[in-house]
Amino acid sequence: MAQYMKTKWQYRADLLIEWLSDFMAQAVNLVFLLVVFGHTTLLHGWSRDEMLFIYGFFLVPYAVFGAFFNLWDFNERYIVQGEMDRVLTRPVHSLFQIILERMELESLLGAVPGLIIMLYAGSRLSLSFHWYDVFVFILLVIGGALIYAGIFISLATISFFADARTSIMPMMYNISSYGRYPVDIYHRVIRYMLTWVLPFAFVGVYPASYFLHKQEWYGYAFLTPVVGVLFFIIAVMLWNAGVRRYRGTGS
Amino acid sequence: MGKYVEMIRIRFLMMLAYRTNYYTGILIYAINISAYYFLWSAIYGGKSSMQGMSLGQMTTYVAISWLARAFYFNNLDREIAMEIRDGKIATELIRPYSYLGMKAVQGLGEGLFRLFFLSLPGLLVVSLFLPLEFPEHAKTWLSFGLSLLFSFIIFSELNLLAGVVTFFTFRNEGLLRAKRFIIDLFSGLILPLSFYPDWAQQLMAYMPFQAISYIPSMIITESFQGAAVRDGLLLQAAWCVLLWFPIVLLWWVAKKRLVVQGG
Repeated sequence: MAQYMKTKWQYRADLLIEWLSDFMAQAVNLVFLLVVFGHTTLLHGWSRDEMLFIYGFFLVPYAVFGAFFNLWDFNERYIVQGEMDRVLTRPVHSLFQIILERMELESLLGAVPGLIIMLYAGSRLSLSFHWYDVFVFILLVIGGALIYAGIFISLATISFFADARTSIMPMMYNISSYGRYPVDIYHRVIRYMLTWVLPFAFVGVYPASYFLHKQEWYGYAFLTPVVGVLFFIIAVMLWNAGVRRYRGTGS
Repeated sequence: MGKYVEMIRIRFLMMLAYRTNYYTGILIYAINISAYYFLWSAIYGGKSSMQGMSLGQMTTYVAISWLARAFYFNNLDREIAMEIRDGKIATELIRPYSYLGMKAVQGLGEGLFRLFFLSLPGLLVVSLFLPLEFPEHAKTWLSFGLSLLFSFIIFSELNLLAGVVTFFTFRNEGLLRAKRFIIDLFSGLILPLSFYPDWAQQLMAYMPFQAISYIPSMIITESFQGAAVRDGLLLQAAWCVLLWFPIVLLWWVAKKRLVVQGG
């Protein structure tokens, strides 16, 4: 661990740039929110500060996901370049090895702006918290990170079955941002999709509504960890099936 | 000239080999645009117009912005940066064509491919279930086509510029990402520039980014009328010319001090 910190500290300029650019990529949505609320006070009954709170909350599970599940270039690195063969010769579960190899703990810093935004919005809304809310928060964050992990591991698994390059990942990324808006603004097909098919709503509006005291969403908020574990298990099963089919590229 | 046309054709065929990707692309585009439509409906919340645009115009604006992006978007900056890092640039430079010119037509080949296999079918799909408003005048369509071509030129020029800067910095991942962020925000892709606060609008008026997405999308939704269309097109043309100078200058200096890293 100390060794890990040292190696990362050697490249601190890179670290800063990487962190800044990660935050900038997320900030596009923040600017969108701020600009839109310059012209309207309520979005389907939700105020600017409530929307900011959801946005801030989202950044935390997203940072946890980014730190542990760095799978963006899985297809390039492990399938095309044949790294997968090396991983499979070892006696530890392949997914677990890849997660350890690709871990980027510095991405956890991405949670800091999220917490700041939550504090800002929370204090303006004068939200009240219980002592146990800290544990609820941790539980919901883990649930949200598992949902992200489940979806993106499943997407990475596609590489085992189809050898074409996939451009799905960046697009999925786009869809994930719709889970941060109150889902009742959408047509029920989209709402259903964001809840049960690509459950991004569980990484945004559902869990955040617990802290915003929106009682009507409590049921969904508490489902977050369950959905997270479920999607993660499905992803691992898909992964195992994929590994069994894996033949290598012959490189 | 013939060799450049050939290069466009080759890029087009290369993309064609991966066309299955684009079926999923169209589906995901449709989901994206419909989500945007509902989001904007909620933002309008019964208001008939915001900043002079109706909800129908706004939906069309968003749909067209993303489709136009498929045409003008390319990764020339990354390609150039990678070729400089790998040292491939040396072999590229001894070939009998202008390197930057060749890069630009490759981008055009890619753009044309996406226009026919992603944008047009995508537009057909979403117009089935979203209330898009298209102009009736042929003149608007012509202006839009011209404007889109300018968008491509300006976007590619910015990419070439960022790519050539790699000659001087060797590593510029940060710069490239910052550029993408600025273009996403200031080009009017995510929302029309007229929604930004006044000070931001005044700042953006002096930058080339609005010429990429805002102007063509405002033309096709007929939010620009008469003189505004002409001024928009002139502004785009001016940026096309203006951006050309720093590229030529930097490229000239870069070739003089080219250091091939290993290889």
